Amino acid sequence: MHQLLTWIVEPGFLASAPVRTAALIGGIVAVVSAIAGVFTVMRGQSFAGHALGDVAAAGGSGALLIGLTPLTGFLGLGIIGAGTMDLIGVQRVRGRDLATGIVLGAAIGLTALFLYLDTTASATTGATQQVLFGSIFTTTSTTIPVITAFSLLATGVIAVIWRPLLLATVSPDIAAARGVPVRLVGVAYLVTLAIAVALSSLTIGAILSTALLIGPAATALRLTRRTGTALLAACVTGVAATWAGILLAYDSYYWGAAREGLPVSFFIVAVIFTAYLLAGCRKAARPRDAAPADDAARDQAAA
Amino acid sequence: MFASFMINTWAVATIVAPVAGVVGFFVVLRGSAFPAHAIPKGAFAGAAGAALLGISTLLGLAVFSLLGALGIGFLGRRARQDVATALALVMMLALGAAFLSRTTEYEPEIYSLLFGEVLGVSTTQLLPVAALGAACIAAIIVLYRPLSLSSAVPEIAEARGVSGRRIEICFLIVVALATAMTVPVVGALLIFSLMIGPPAAARSLTSRPVLAMLLSVVIALVTVWVAIAASYEVNWPVGFFVGTLSALSYAAGRGWAAWQRSHATAAAAVVPHAVARSA
Repeated sequence: MHQLLTWIVEPGFLASAPVRTAALIGGIVAVVSAIAGVFTVMRGQSFAGHALGDVAAAGGSGALLIGLTPLTGFLGLGIIGAGTMDLIGVQRVRGRDLATGIVLGAAIGLTALFLYLDTTASATTGATQQVLFGSIFTTTSTTIPVITAFSLLATGVIAVIWRPLLLATVSPDIAAARGVPVRLVGVAYLVTLAIAVALSSLTIGAILSTALLIGPAATALRLTRRTGTALLAACVTGVAATWAGILLAYDSYYWGAAREGLPVSFFIVAVIFTAYLLAGCRKAARPRDAAPADDAARDQAAA
Repeated sequence: MFASFMINTWAVATIVAPVAGVVGFFVVLRGSAFPAHAIPKGAFAGAAGAALLGISTLLGLAVFSLLGALGIGFLGRRARQDVATALALVMMLALGAAFLSRTTEYEPEIYSLLFGEVLGVSTTQLLPVAALGAACIAAIIVLYRPLSLSSAVPEIAEARGVSGRRIEICFLIVVALATAMTVPVVGALLIFSLMIGPPAAARSLTSRPVLAMLLSVVIALVTVWVAIAASYEVNWPVGFFVGTLSALSYAAGRGWAAWQRSHATAAAAVVPHAVARSA
């Protein structure tokens, strides 16, 4: 038994400070991403959820240039990006894709310039890789309070606008008829999403940011049609996948003879992807099949 | 600016821009911006894999962009397309991260794969780019009727026996081909700007499809040419100019359309003035 345990958890895993920091930050970010993600998937805004991470990253590389902290840059440009998307027309389903695309295209151009100036102005090696992939193991424990504060803010906003947001998501027409300011709710949600995504892409990298936002939520919405249950399932899936991925990445160092680990982002994404596919099998086995939105609508009508 | 070492650059840009303009027109029409972003970005992982195996970058890009297109199509059968795209993208990027952790690829090479290296195009790269470009345009010409129909009125297309899903897969494969050819030159991230900004600008200027497509090609060409010239003069990355000019062209198109609408009720005498202003 002990042998099996040491085989699963290589020695020193729980005692390692970077591992504990990564597990804590990864856990917090996974929960916030999962909560924001359920609405992102239901609203069909996965593209915006992914793009805001890239837009925020442009702010991060720009902030390096003018001597601001990366966090300011990430949050600042993330929120500006969300506002611009709304201005171009993210609230209409047909214009949503285009609005996101235009903002993303411009942000990528800016990133190209900022990274170029960063690398020529100072010897910031690895900036490109950092922006593209990021790493959960390089975050320091001093960032935990800031991350927790913004995570609470994002979760709080979603809790406050919960009812109107759900109604506006499921049926914008009914929401508008009931006097819900649909566009305002949409903007509030998009800004919250920008904050959540900016935080996650700063701390755990762009790949994981999108993976933790969409993966657990999509998995949960395949398993259940009740919004509340889906939220819970998404949080559990996200946190479990993050921790399993960290464990696997740590263990992978001991697998080959070369003593080279594989990146943690690879493992977390692989776990999430597997969970998503498995959830699909379960859904396929059940004949009763309906869009998750239907049940949410019934919840709303009953309330 | 037109020195001998720049000739290939101008040639390649002149091939890439029309392809981006034509394929991009349908990307905007179909609302496929997310796949158009995800396929090139995910294909970047293929380049990293090719570096690991020591095979040609173009092959790695082609294989991964096709895998991406098929993956999005496959996952999209049972989920919303944006969710399928996001999951396919992160999976490809995760593979890319795993590949990169195994190679000692230089940072500048990653940068140029992402943001393009128009200024270092070799003559041997020219032929594959031209061939893939021709293949893309040919595919769009062949698909033109069913593609337009299923993009504009999906219900009628289905009723006439045009399978929306099959068209979607075919179209994603065209995007993948366009990606493979353009990534080494303009970069994984900027081909996206070029496929969105100019076509969107063109569509806000006219609602006639063929005219819009031609306009889109012209705007894409001008964007790329100006970007190269500016990049040559200022020595900033060409990607910055492509990205911002694409977005600006869209803003200009929207502004022009709004201005025209607000003057639509005004006297006809205003129109020649407006045309002069825009020229």
